[in-house]
Amino acid sequence: MRIDGKGLVDRTKPVRFRFDGKDYAGYKGDTLASALLANDVRLVGRSFKYHRPRGVLTAGSEEPNALVEVVGPSNQTPNVRATMQEVFEGLDCRSQNRLGSLRFDLLAVNDYLSPFLSAGFYYKTFMWPRAFWEGLYEPIIRRAAGLGSLSGKHDEGTYEKAFAFCDVLVIGSGPAGLMAALTAGRSGADVILCEESHALGGRLLSDGGTIGGVPAGDWVAQVLAELQALPNVRIMARTTVTGAYDSGTYGALERVGLHKPARPNLPRECFWRIVAKHAVLASGALERPVAFENNDRPGIMMASAVRTYLNRYGVVPGKRVTLFANTDQARGVARDLMASGIQVAAIIDPRPDASAVEDCPVHVGAEVVGSRGRLGLAGIQVRKGSETIEIETDCLAMSGGWNPTIHLTCHMNGRPRWSEELAAFVPMEGAVPGLVAVGAANGSMSTHGALATGHAAALRAVEALGRKVSVLLPEAEDMPYTLKALWAVEGKGRAWLDFANDVTTKDVKLAAQEGFRSVEHMKRYTTQGMAPDQGKSSNVAALAVLAEATGRGIAETGVTTFRPPYVPVSIAAMGAGGRAEGFAPQRFLTSDQASRDRGAPMIEAGLWYRPSYFPKPGEATWREACDREVTMVRETVGVADVSTLGKIDIQGKDAGRFLDFVYTNTFSTLPVGRVRYGLMLREDGLVLDDGTSARLGEGHYLMTTTTAAAGLVMRHLDFVHQAFCADWQVRFISVTESWAQFAVAGPKARALVNSFLEVPVDLPFMGVAPVRIGGVDGRLFRISFSGEEGYELAVPTRYGEALFRDLVARAETMGGGPYGMEALNVLRIEKGFITHAEIHGRVTAHDIGMEKMVSAKKDCIGKAAATRPGMWGPEREQLVGLKASAPISAGAHLFVPGTEVHRETDQGYVTSICWSPTVGAWLGLGFLKDGRARHGEKIRLVDHLRGLDVLCEVCDPVFHDPDGEKLRA
Amino acid sequence: MRLTCPLCGDRDRREFYYYGAEDYLHRPPEGAPLADWDNYLHLRDNPAGVTKDLWYHEAGCAQWLVVTRNTVTHEISGVELVAERKA
Repeated sequence: MRIDGKGLVDRTKPVRFRFDGKDYAGYKGDTLASALLANDVRLVGRSFKYHRPRGVLTAGSEEPNALVEVVGPSNQTPNVRATMQEVFEGLDCRSQNRLGSLRFDLLAVNDYLSPFLSAGFYYKTFMWPRAFWEGLYEPIIRRAAGLGSLSGKHDEGTYEKAFAFCDVLVIGSGPAGLMAALTAGRSGADVILCEESHALGGRLLSDGGTIGGVPAGDWVAQVLAELQALPNVRIMARTTVTGAYDSGTYGALERVGLHKPARPNLPRECFWRIVAKHAVLASGALERPVAFENNDRPGIMMASAVRTYLNRYGVVPGKRVTLFANTDQARGVARDLMASGIQVAAIIDPRPDASAVEDCPVHVGAEVVGSRGRLGLAGIQVRKGSETIEIETDCLAMSGGWNPTIHLTCHMNGRPRWSEELAAFVPMEGAVPGLVAVGAANGSMSTHGALATGHAAALRAVEALGRKVSVLLPEAEDMPYTLKALWAVEGKGRAWLDFANDVTTKDVKLAAQEGFRSVEHMKRYTTQGMAPDQGKSSNVAALAVLAEATGRGIAETGVTTFRPPYVPVSIAAMGAGGRAEGFAPQRFLTSDQASRDRGAPMIEAGLWYRPSYFPKPGEATWREACDREVTMVRETVGVADVSTLGKIDIQGKDAGRFLDFVYTNTFSTLPVGRVRYGLMLREDGLVLDDGTSARLGEGHYLMTTTTAAAGLVMRHLDFVHQAFCADWQVRFISVTESWAQFAVAGPKARALVNSFLEVPVDLPFMGVAPVRIGGVDGRLFRISFSGEEGYELAVPTRYGEALFRDLVARAETMGGGPYGMEALNVLRIEKGFITHAEIHGRVTAHDIGMEKMVSAKKDCIGKAAATRPGMWGPEREQLVGLKASAPISAGAHLFVPGTEVHRETDQGYVTSICWSPTVGAWLGLGFLKDGRARHGEKIRLVDHLRGLDVLCEVCDPVFHDPDGEKLRA
Repeated sequence: MRLTCPLCGDRDRREFYYYGAEDYLHRPPEGAPLADWDNYLHLRDNPAGVTKDLWYHEAGCAQWLVVTRNTVTHEISGVELVAERKA
C-alpha cells in the first residue's frame, strides 16, 4: 500500500508494468519490489527446493527470494532480483520456479516430502537402481529444483566492457562513501564513486536523521551537487563493484539500460575494470534475519527493508506490522511506521533488559516462535517465558543485527576477524592492498562513525597522493550499537537460514551430526550460501548454528571463502563484444574482394580468411574445382595469394650469424640474391617451424614463416635475441602486413611473370631479385610450394589487389587462373612438402628426414636436445608417403596387416590426405615406425571414426617429380 | 594484474604473454652434459614466495621481461628488461 507524502519516487511520472500477465501501476523511481508491494502483491516467487510461497525479504542486491524472469524483445533474463530491477513503462516480468500458477504450484508437494529431501538427500535417497540416476532421478530433481529459465535463443542485446582509471575509488555512497568522495574530490584527486542503487545516499535515504543540522536527505543533495560540479569526480550509479583483484584492479557491473525500454545500441550492461591507486570500501552492512519456525512466509521481511520501503518508496508492506529485533536501532522502523499512521501491533525484543517504552505494545525477553498464513503472513506466535501468545499481523519486520559487507576485503585470500562486540565478522586490515574499509563495512555502525571513518580514509589517500585538503566533519548521531546475538530461536519445526536454497537450521545440524563439521563441508553438503545470493544474509547465521552444534566458537568455526563476483554478473557483460564476428579479429588479404567476386568460398586460416577454391560453372562439388585447379597448375599456370605467410625483415652486421643460431642449417654463407629453405627447432629439439629465407643484401635477410606460426616465430626470435645475443648487431621487424605476395606456378609461370616485368630477369631456382612492376618496386623470388616451376611476386600491400586481378586475368589468357587453398594443399602433398599438419609439435628433424639439415659445424637452438636418446632412431615414427586406391583419412592409424587393431600394435598415423588428379590415386602423408626403411610395404589404415579400413602402399613422401626437374627447369 | 613495463609503463596483464620461469635465460653452453639440458628444459622450482618469470610485452614494445613476484601475496617487486638484465 502506498502512503501519501512519503518516499522519493516521482509521483508525477506513473509507470505501467506487467507481472505474471497482469498490469500494475508504479512510479518512476520504484523498484519492481516496491511497486509490487505498493500493489499489495506479497507472493512473488516459489522457493528453490520445497516450492514454498515467498515474498520480498530485502530492499537490496542481497535479495534471496524475489527473483523473477524479465522478458524483453530480444532477451529473457532469469533470476533478476525484484529489489534491483527498476520499473519502466512496458516492463514485463514473471515469477519463476513453479509448475502451474504462482498461487497453485503443483510442485508445492515437495514441501510435504521435506522429510525425504533434507541435506544431502540426493546422495542417500536415489541410490538404487544405479542406472536410474541419469535417465530418471536427475532429470526429475533438476526439473523440480531450480530457478528461472532461459529462452534458449541467443541474447541479441548489446553489452559493453570498459576500462577506467582513478586515484581514489569510493565504493558505496552512504554517509561514509559520500564523505570520502567529498574529501578526495575537494583535494583535486581523480575520484570514481560507485553506487549499486539508482539513487545515491545509501541508508541515509531510508533512515532519515540529521547531518550537520540539516535533514540527511538535504545533506545528501548538497554533497551530490558539489560532487557533480567537480570535474575530477565521476559518479557511477547503478554500478556494483563485484570484485577486488591484483594491483588495485576492481571489477564493476553497471546496469546501463536495464531500467529503460530496450532500444537499438543501448547497452544493457557494461562490465568495468577499474584501476585505482586507492580504494575506500563504504559498502555498509547487511541486516540478518532470525531463524524461527516458518520464518519464510511472504510478509516476513527485514526491518531495514520495511523502513526503506516506507521512507524511500512511500510503501508499507502491511496494515498491522510487528517488529522482532534485538537492537535499539531497529526500533526506528516502528517509530517511523507509527509516525506515518501505520499500526504497529507489537514489538518483540529478545533482550530482557531492553526498553519497553514505545507507543505500541512491547514484549521484552520474548521471541517469535512461529508464523501462520498459507500464501502470506496472517499471524505470529510469540513465546514470553512459559506462555505463548498469538498476534495477528500481516507484516513482520525482523532484525538479528548487522553483518558488515566485507566481501571485497576477502577477495584476495584475506580472512575476516570475528568481533565479539558486534557479533559479526569485520575486515582484516590490509587484506587487499590499497583498499580501506570504512563505516558500517568496518563495524562503525553510527552515522557519525561512518562520516568520520570515510573522511579519515580519504584524507590518508589524499596525503599519499601528495595532495592537501581540509574538510569539516559535520555532526551526526553517534548512538552506541549493542546487541546480544540471536541467530535462531529454539524450536522443533523448520526454521530457515538460507531462503534462496531452502536450507534450514535442521539441515546444518544434520550436517554436523553426519560429520560435516568443517564450514566448507557443511556448505557443500547443505548447499548453504550456494544460491545466486551466495548466502549474503544467511552465511553467518548458518555458521553460528554449526558452531553451536559442534560445540565451538564462531571465530574457531571460521567462514567459507569469499570469491568474486559480489553479485551475479552475466556472461554477456563479461564477454561483451566477443560474440560471432567479435570472437576473434579477422585478417583479410588484399585479394579478398577479388576472390569473393569470383565466388570463392573463404576458409579460416588462423585469423586470416583465404579462398578455398574458385568454382566454375558446371562444377557441382569443391573436388571438381580443386582437381581442375591442380591440373591447371601442373599443365599451364596458376596464381595464389600467399601473403599470409609470416615475413620478417632482418638486418644488421650479425644478421647471418643470428639466422645460423635460430635455424638448424647455415645462412651466413648464403650468397646475396639467393634463397634457402630453413628448419627451426624449439630448444627441446622438436621442430618449431620451417620456411625460406632470402638474402637481399650483405646484412639484410627476409625470413618467411608458415602462416600458422608467424606470431610464434616472432616471439621466439625476440626471445633468442634478447636473452642470448642482445649485444649482436641485428634488428628485425615483422613486415607481413607490408607486402602482398603471389605465387605463380606452372610450366607457363615464367612467361606470365615476364609479361609484368619492365626488365625480364633470368632467375635460377632459389634466386631472388628486385624487380619493377608497372613502376612499382617489388621483389621476385623463384621458389615453389607446388613442385612446378614457381615464382613469388611481392609488391607493397597497397598494390596487392591490382596485381592479383591483373595476374589472374593474364593467366586466364594462357589457359591458367587462380587456385585456392584446396588445390594448394593437393599440390604440396603430391610433392611431399610438409605443413603444420606434419610439424605438429611432436616431431624431430629426424622424423621428417631432415636430420642432415642440422649443421654439425655450429650451435643452434634445439641442437643439443635433439641428440637426446629417444629423439632419433628406428623406434621413432618417420614421415612416409601413403598411396591407396580407396578414400583414406587424416587422423587414421596404421597397422601391420594381419595384426590386431589396438593401441599396442599401433604403427603410426596419417597427417594429410588428398585425391591426386596427377597421380590418379589417394595420397597421404603420415608417420610410421621406422618408416623410411619400409617403403614398398603394405600397411593397413584404420579410422574407426569414419569407418575406414584400407590397405595402403608405404612410399617415399615425394610422389611428383622426385628429382625436382620441373622446379629447376 | 598489472605490470610496469620499463619502456611502456603501467599496463594491464592482457598486453603480456607469459612464458615460464626465468630459468630459460640460463642456457647451458655448447657441449654441456645432457643432464644440464634436462635441468634447463624440464626441472622447475615451485616456490611459495618470491619467484622470477618471463613475460613478453607482445601487445606493446615486444620486449621480454623478467618479473619478480610473490606467488603468495601476488606482489610484484621488480620488472626488468631481459636484454638489459644484470647477470
